[in-house]
Amino acid sequence: MLNKKSLLLPLLGFALLGCGGDDNKDEMVTPVEPPAPAPMYSFEVTVSNLTYAQPLSPIGIALHKEGNFWQLGQTASVELETLAESGDNSGLLGLDIVNTSISDIAPLGPGNSISLTITTEDMMDAKLSLVSMMVNTNDGFSGLNAIDVSALEVGSQLNFKTRAYDSGTEANTEASGSIPGPADMGEGFNALRDDVDFVAVHPGVVSNDDGLTQSVLSYAHKFDNPLMGVSITRIQ
Amino acid sequence: MKVSAITALGLITLGMQSAQAASLDIKITNLTQAIYYTPILIAAHSDENHLFESGMTASTELQMMAEGGNIAGLSSMLESYSADKVENPAQGLLAPAHPAQGLLAPAQSTMAMLETSEGNNMLSITAMMLPTNDGFVGLDSWKIPTEAGTYTILLNAYDAGTEANNELILEGSGAPGMLGIPAAPGMDTGMSGSSVTNEETNTMIHIHRGNLGDDDIEGGKSDLNNTVHRWLNPVAKVTVTVK
Repeated sequence: MLNKKSLLLPLLGFALLGCGGDDNKDEMVTPVEPPAPAPMYSFEVTVSNLTYAQPLSPIGIALHKEGNFWQLGQTASVELETLAESGDNSGLLGLDIVNTSISDIAPLGPGNSISLTITTEDMMDAKLSLVSMMVNTNDGFSGLNAIDVSALEVGSQLNFKTRAYDSGTEANTEASGSIPGPADMGEGFNALRDDVDFVAVHPGVVSNDDGLTQSVLSYAHKFDNPLMGVSITRIQ
Repeated sequence: MKVSAITALGLITLGMQSAQAASLDIKITNLTQAIYYTPILIAAHSDENHLFESGMTASTELQMMAEGGNIAGLSSMLESYSADKVENPAQGLLAPAHPAQGLLAPAQSTMAMLETSEGNNMLSITAMMLPTNDGFVGLDSWKIPTEAGTYTILLNAYDAGTEANNELILEGSGAPGMLGIPAAPGMDTGMSGSSVTNEETNTMIHIHRGNLGDDDIEGGKSDLNNTVHRWLNPVAKVTVTVK
């Protein structure tokens, strides 16, 4: 027994040394077949802003296996509230459920489109979520909610038109100082919840022109569904 | 071999049954932020019948539903059609998605099961929207798929075209022909409005143009609040599981 152990230990030590191949400059060693690179799966996501005058906060895209960024009728998470009130998507994209994510760096103006590519090594159960705030609203957002892309083949495309949602975390006062977009340059996130406190389809903005005296918004900021055109193409 | 032959036969038989009659699980979700639905009526009927048709005049029965939430008339109509139906699965109002209302389970949806008879291959749904004068959420003759699976349908808001949208909350105005909005279950409306309009020039069933509302709770044209009682389509989501 003892003999066997003493034989094994030096062998183990040798094996470990062999693993630390980075420092091994000895060219005489028989080259080892490098491990095949893990297959990569890439999706090109193209987003169009279909509105007249609602810039969309930087588009955030995440791949995840479970969970949802929002659920209709349920209370918004603080991360969703932050996105919907300020346009900052870092909280949602930083959630534990997110495997990989990408965010645009600038808002997407009306009539404009962008393409972002998101890549993963793991296609199993892959779901894609996309979020953006309509920045000339109190707490309006739009996006895709956990779209199953795990079976999408290379070259195949999924197309969507997104709806406007209201996070229910801030009353739609449209009042001066309450809207972060260029129509007001007002406040973004505020932890106070003075609305219904559940996520629903957005009722639209009223605007000063349409009878809300205190509104900083004009007829130009009104919108209807759909908000965005989104295509997801598997490119690798 | 014998077993698989029997299984195949069973599948064929099942397939034939589903072409004639269906067993459906139906989930209806109120997507709005502040609009309530009165008792919902769900029906499977033949392609010759309708609960309502866009561009057509509303029946008296539809008017009763759209102006006052009363589905008794439409329900009798369905009996004369030999339709299959589910009345009021939410057991009252279907509140907008609001956990605190206590009227519904936390998912803010209502579920119903519907067994359809041979020939009743069209699905229709109606419920009045409150607070509106004669607005309703509707599905007209969605063909029930013969293939088992789960299907999603998004519903729009319609106007019955039977009453002027004066947007004034008036007690007793749920009776057909009585001008006014009979109730605002959210208790979040104003009063003493002067009336948005006294006319309804389009008397056919049409896509609702939405509530106007105003920002004056003790006056203005409307008793409705323009930041609360408006909506955008779709107003409801229906998930149908064909078993």
